[in-house]
Amino acid sequence: MAREYKILSPTAILGYGFPESSFLKGLEEGPDLIAVDAGSTDPGPYYLGSGKPFTDRVGVKSDLRAMLTHGVRRGIPVVIGTAGGSGARPHLEWCRALVEEIAREENLTFRLGLAYADVDAEVVLAGLHSGKVQALDGLEDPTEEQVRSCPHIVAQMGNEPLQALAREGAQVILAGRCYDPACFAALPIMAGYDAALATHLGKILECAAIAATPGSGSDSVLGILREDSFELRALSPERRFTPQSTAAHTLYEKSDPSHLPGPGGSLDLTDVTFTDLGEGRVEVRGTRFVPTPRYAIKLEAARPVGFRTLSIAGIRDPILIGSIQKVAGQVKARVDQLLSREAVQGRVFFHMYGLNGVMGDLERADTGTGHELGLVMEVLAPTQEQANTICSLTRSTFLHYGYEGRIATAGNLAFPFSPSDVPMGPAYEFCLYHLMEVADPEAFFTREIVTIDGAGVTPGKEVRS
Amino acid sequence: MKNLREVAQVIRSKNSSPMKLTLDIIFKDQEVFEEVRRRDLLTPEVVAGAYRIPPEEIEKILYFEPARAVKIGMRRRVRSGSPGDSDVYGAQQHAPLLTLELDL
Repeated sequence: MAREYKILSPTAILGYGFPESSFLKGLEEGPDLIAVDAGSTDPGPYYLGSGKPFTDRVGVKSDLRAMLTHGVRRGIPVVIGTAGGSGARPHLEWCRALVEEIAREENLTFRLGLAYADVDAEVVLAGLHSGKVQALDGLEDPTEEQVRSCPHIVAQMGNEPLQALAREGAQVILAGRCYDPACFAALPIMAGYDAALATHLGKILECAAIAATPGSGSDSVLGILREDSFELRALSPERRFTPQSTAAHTLYEKSDPSHLPGPGGSLDLTDVTFTDLGEGRVEVRGTRFVPTPRYAIKLEAARPVGFRTLSIAGIRDPILIGSIQKVAGQVKARVDQLLSREAVQGRVFFHMYGLNGVMGDLERADTGTGHELGLVMEVLAPTQEQANTICSLTRSTFLHYGYEGRIATAGNLAFPFSPSDVPMGPAYEFCLYHLMEVADPEAFFTREIVTIDGAGVTPGKEVRS
Repeated sequence: MKNLREVAQVIRSKNSSPMKLTLDIIFKDQEVFEEVRRRDLLTPEVVAGAYRIPPEEIEKILYFEPARAVKIGMRRRVRSGSPGDSDVYGAQQHAPLLTLELDL
């Protein structure tokens, strides 16, 4: 019988959860690998900049517990990509602490491999000077000072560091920032499977059941890699893969559906076929990998741009709603005037839901405003105190502003909460989204292997006799 | 003339990077997909018209046969999550396409 390699993908993002029944059904298939992508840049620059996860500890621990207990006890390797959401060192350490807690609670012993994705600012600056670091998608190059101000700079690792950890005996691998498909593709490629197919399969598995129909970000699916094709199977009775659902997923979040760039090259999907195998299964063939002349990886970093304070209010007065843009401009001007006296710097943004809160400048709807309007006052300033000051001033100015035609003179805003103002802490902005050439895509990333001995450590749970 | 909503099964937007938006239109029928492609009904001018922006802001329009899909690339006016941004994921920027009329 021709050989095959089965990969169980429990969920789209570690922490999003999955039904135990589909996960167990996947385990019955005897998978060769359990892998999950734990990260994304979708939630914005804050998480990478601050070193905090965008997923919740309880959800992540619950998903990890199922994967680790079943994986380790059955001898199935477990690979987590972009641990902690953004994959910088604090994210990886956060995820590692959860792994260690679970090992103690479940009495698991295994070799844990860690691959760090952090890149030193000086390496990036040298690359920017020499031309080995190039901006993507029209982003301007950051200044030296901006690069140095980034709390974390990560690079998306490819398969090589994960393969090195597996060769060195790691049974569970936690990777920092990682090309999404790599946590699925690294091990089968090492076992001799086609790199293009394995990577394409990883592209689909990293979103788990999102590529099935009906789609779900929190359900398990199985991928089966063969010599010249791969197959996708849903593991819930209500879900199935169809050629259409699988092909449509190929578009998702990509700028070009036929050419998908990654570390060291691009997947070429021009000649890919999606075939219905019946019973909710789809077979994919024809993916090619086109290496780039020089191996490049993607850098990501977010720099701090100050502190944010918000205030949220509703407006119901039709006279004010009718002239809201004019009044908002007048309020801003009044605030600017007051601030210039005190030499406090900052920027004020009004998000007006019911007018153009979602699309901003792109909004062209001419349906008029509704009977009520939601207002979010956003303030950004160099310190939290200054942001609070400006927000307070903007809120009180707006509340009592005597706009033209006003007949409701007691107050212009309906606040749903007391306190009305919310200090949000530091704000960040993406400032590196660049490609960097690397000479050795394995050695570029630091790795570490530790033995996690669940039995050798006192369990965290208290025991009463 | 037909409204895009009548012939499309999926119309959506999402970030393809912190600086770019990608709009996907997946057609219900192969014939309609082929006609739109053959007659080049979705030009940058047509899409830009729906958003009332200059056509140069529509950076690419690509057809993907296996999914009966058209993919449109446009730049974000504010980087994802930067101060003043209104849609960090870029997932609610598709609405102008819902009222687009195509000469079908």
